[in-house]
Amino acid sequence: MPILNKKYETLSHDELVQVQLERLQQTLSRVYRRVSYYHNLFTKIEFDPFEISDLEDLKKIPFTTKDILRLAYPFDMFAVPLLEVVRMHSTSGTTGQPLVVGYTKNDIEHWTELTARILAAAGVTTDDIIQICFPYGLFTGGLGFHYGAEKIGASVIPSSESDIEHQIIIMKDYRTSALACTPSYAVGLAEVMREKGITPAELSLRVGLFGAEPWSEQLRKELEENLAISAFDNYGLTEIIGPGVSFECENKNGLHISEDHFIAEIIDPENGRILGPEEQGELVLTTVTKEAYPLIRYRTGDLTQLFHDRCSCGRTFVKMKKVSERIDDMIILNGKNMFPSQFEQILTDIIGKTPNFQLVVDRKDNIDKLEIQVEVSGDIFDDEMKKLTGLELSILKEVKAQLDFIPDVRLVEPRSIRRDPKKRAVIDKRKK
Amino acid sequence: MLKIRSLRSYYESLCILKSVSMHVEKGEIVTLIGANGSGKSTLLNSIVGLMPRVVGAILFEEKEIQHLSSNTIVKLGIALVPEGRQLFSPMSVLDNLILGTYPYYSLKNRQKLNEQIEWIFNLFPILGTRRKQLAGTLSGGEQQMLSISRALMSDPKLLLLDEPSVGLAPKIIENIFQTLGELNEKTGLTVFLVEQNVNLALDICQRGYVIETGQIILSGEREELINNKEVLRAYLGKE
Repeated sequence: MPILNKKYETLSHDELVQVQLERLQQTLSRVYRRVSYYHNLFTKIEFDPFEISDLEDLKKIPFTTKDILRLAYPFDMFAVPLLEVVRMHSTSGTTGQPLVVGYTKNDIEHWTELTARILAAAGVTTDDIIQICFPYGLFTGGLGFHYGAEKIGASVIPSSESDIEHQIIIMKDYRTSALACTPSYAVGLAEVMREKGITPAELSLRVGLFGAEPWSEQLRKELEENLAISAFDNYGLTEIIGPGVSFECENKNGLHISEDHFIAEIIDPENGRILGPEEQGELVLTTVTKEAYPLIRYRTGDLTQLFHDRCSCGRTFVKMKKVSERIDDMIILNGKNMFPSQFEQILTDIIGKTPNFQLVVDRKDNIDKLEIQVEVSGDIFDDEMKKLTGLELSILKEVKAQLDFIPDVRLVEPRSIRRDPKKRAVIDKRKK
Repeated sequence: MLKIRSLRSYYESLCILKSVSMHVEKGEIVTLIGANGSGKSTLLNSIVGLMPRVVGAILFEEKEIQHLSSNTIVKLGIALVPEGRQLFSPMSVLDNLILGTYPYYSLKNRQKLNEQIEWIFNLFPILGTRRKQLAGTLSGGEQQMLSISRALMSDPKLLLLDEPSVGLAPKIIENIFQTLGELNEKTGLTVFLVEQNVNLALDICQRGYVIETGQIILSGEREELINNKEVLRAYLGKE
């Protein structure tokens, strides 16, 4: 697949270090002069932004957390006057108060290139008709992809997140070849297609660009099958820029981080210790080209690991593992750490496809309890009770074997668990 | 071609450049923009070994040159067109040019020298008609052409220019910059240009850096610098 920006995406290690160092020094100088939070922070820890002579020196600066950004709401983290801001976006506020981020003209140019890189790496070209079913608005997905797709020269259908049936009509009539949306939206599309008896062969879809939420390899397989596409993951977050932080190439074995714009580190979320290559931990990002909203060592809350192997696609950028988990999703049950994805894997292995499920956590007499609610499709439900009990039992056994915890398992009717992609699959009643 | 990593330059205990990092790739025209006293000339002087004390790394074609003497650096292929031209006024145009051949001057190389002079007179025909004239008697524009020509006589891979437009009439500036642009296009000469005349610099460059009180505060492709409102306000007087 073509590489959009050959010069930067294939920089040698030495050249990349030079580019990152130059841009980091400029960024630190800028935030020190322009953002009062960083000015005070650097003064407090006696960090001289002009003493930085090595990329390693970045580690002397404390992490920036979402709470710090919340305190600065709305504009206190902006490094340029509003006069220079040409666009604002906002986080959804899934985990609390929403944040507002700004973009200068150059920021928009950079972002456009970054989302164009995602598309180019997935083989989207000027010949494609791309339907962007990310919400257009405060959310970064819609406009972020829109600009990138226009840069590539694809024909853009800005259909946003409208009614699914209407989307399918557009997809069929306009002969959409590329689809950009959240993976859960794609699941919805596939479901409605099945209900309406529309086969993928009636459509012209060939590639899907899914992001904005964690999704599994299993789901990739299902989407590729049900929509007859090649599905690519991409990663980004509003605080950093939106989509375009990292993306998959044709090898689909990790997401290349656009390191000419972002410096990535992996830390132990418990104590902030910096972890080595291939160790799993929390992704920390520093922006080195952002003008309006630069962030230094921002804790993303996403769990991943970095791979420095040489990728056969030709890109030299480091790869991060597909994000399947956020730190916030971790459930601690009687002192043991577990992730919803582990349950998802177990359920998928047993049932043969990924079911809709929900984890309900509660505490009784100081002991944590977990109930796994699994939607079982009609055909299973019609079967004998025996089979159902068997299913419950095998889920229970498998969870005990793999996670060393005995849950309650409850099978529920289809569509009884409300799917909201931005809501976690966990309900924790202990906190109330 | 040229890489500078976290360079500090000192006049005695005074730190003029503070962690300056920048690079110039082969065949590029890169500009350094900055106000008076921001450290532009100090950076050029550091590259050619004229600063008493530098800390950090300057790499030319992947070799560290920060500890080398100026005469060695010229031989590696870097030539500086200094601020204020610095010609040898009592000497003729021709003799000034011959002085520029210092890195390879010998009787054996007479041929190369003559070819080089021929080429210069093609580039700036006016210098050919003034070849016998004393450098000090030339007009400002002619002196600048001579200063650039003297640097080109050493057949450099990288040409450094320190404010070549200062004190010249717009018409002459245009002529000189056009010649530089052509040289870059036709011979692939790499140029690092320091300018106060930002309009001019942004016109000719592909990439640039902005320096303020000894620190690089901004960099980018030509378009990015033109888009940046800080550059517009501070250096172009717009808005």
